[in-house]
Amino acid sequence: MAAELKPVLLALVILLGGVGGAAVLTWWERRLLGFWQDRYGPNRIGPFGIGQVVADMIKLLTKDDWVPPFADRVVFIFAPTAIVVAMMMGFAVVPFAPDVVIIDVNIGLLFFLGMTSLAVYSVLLGGLASNNKYALLGGLRSAAQMVSYEVFMGLSLMGIVMMTGSFSLVDIVAAQEDVWFCFSQVLGLLVFVVAGIAESHRLPFDLPEAEHELTAGFHTEYGGMKFAMFMLGEYLGLMLISCMIVTLFFGGWMGPAYIDHWLPPIVWFGLKVFFVINFFVLLRAAIPRPRYDQLMSLGWKIMLPITLINLVLTGWVLLSMEA
Amino acid sequence: MLSQLRSIWEILKHSVSKLDTVQYPEQKPYLAPRYRGRIVLTRDPDGEERCVACNLCAAVCPVDCIALQKDTREDGTWYPEFFRINFSRCIMCGMCEEACPTYAIQLTPDFEMCEYDRQNMVYEKENLLINGVGKYPDYNFYRVSGMQTAFKDKGQAQNEAEPIDTKSLLP
Repeated sequence: MAAELKPVLLALVILLGGVGGAAVLTWWERRLLGFWQDRYGPNRIGPFGIGQVVADMIKLLTKDDWVPPFADRVVFIFAPTAIVVAMMMGFAVVPFAPDVVIIDVNIGLLFFLGMTSLAVYSVLLGGLASNNKYALLGGLRSAAQMVSYEVFMGLSLMGIVMMTGSFSLVDIVAAQEDVWFCFSQVLGLLVFVVAGIAESHRLPFDLPEAEHELTAGFHTEYGGMKFAMFMLGEYLGLMLISCMIVTLFFGGWMGPAYIDHWLPPIVWFGLKVFFVINFFVLLRAAIPRPRYDQLMSLGWKIMLPITLINLVLTGWVLLSMEA
Repeated sequence: MLSQLRSIWEILKHSVSKLDTVQYPEQKPYLAPRYRGRIVLTRDPDGEERCVACNLCAAVCPVDCIALQKDTREDGTWYPEFFRINFSRCIMCGMCEEACPTYAIQLTPDFEMCEYDRQNMVYEKENLLINGVGKYPDYNFYRVSGMQTAFKDKGQAQNEAEPIDTKSLLP
């Protein structure tokens, strides 16, 4: 009984933790961006301004839940939920610590890739259903961006799969016992981080939103809780990508070699995810948004060849080690 | 690519740099003595109102936020019957202070005058008058001006020569 209940309880914890974490992350990101821009960020409500999260929540909850008359009503309401559901599903296969994983499927990696791809529908449908030129442009950009970045996002992980011989994320973490994949798969890490940012449309690659060109891109027509769902989805995506980077490249729950036993595995995992999230915020603070065609040529002309080189190199090394 | 890495590093360096923000309500910014803020009407060293209701401030005011009416006291001095500044219009340009011949109207280093009701931004004379001389502690207009009043005849002001007797032939 207890063994069957455990994944359910874990799923509940992750659900609440994911939503709560995303809410806290909005505040944390603003504080961090503030410090990097030599200012404080929200620090008024509660200790260190963390009450801002509650204030924002109250504001979003009490806003008018409005659907524009020219929008496609059903799709318009469906779109924001899709991204949250898809991103939440992605957490199902993330191994937070040994035995702390909702379900360890033997296609965990593919499941994760599939779920992040599904999240594209949310942006796409949201942009389409809004019946607004800006939203449509945002949706279009998102579609093109996802299609091109999805390709080598998956391919960049194949080096890991070759070295592990398994799609299961638990196996992948276990295979990093001796050396983390961030050392043996440097190119894979580089490509995956770039593709991950593009996938969660975070700032350097937030072309679907691009406030300065498209007002708010695909969620121009959204407000109140429906807008909050998009934001929640974005932050869940950020957390999911960070979790995946840690799991795939930085040894998951394992600490660095000799100080592994200092902290429990779940804390090591949390710490690493925290660092990766902060790195993403740093990217947002530092790097300007590329032009649309630059984004595309970066994807197809640089990232894809790097991925293929990485695949060939990994295969060559593996084969020569066997021989 | 290198410049991107460099900008990441430059931004990261800002984690330890000093913050520019002044946390306003708790931490007051420094205001220079000659800061142009809330307008006051000062008094001369004897404690009388300095304003002589000459209307120059109202005339020079670019947003027409000053209104006043001249009246005369029994001793012959002038004073404003009412003096009204609409601070919801005032742009703190300080031209009234420059125009004032008696140093009566002065701008002070204070800008905290928020109100919920716009009508409360209209300051009357009793709101504007302060019990002090402001930036010019010794100045008293009626002591230096040649104007004749009950307590001072022509030629008795500071640095003022005796009036010339036009009927006399003496040099």
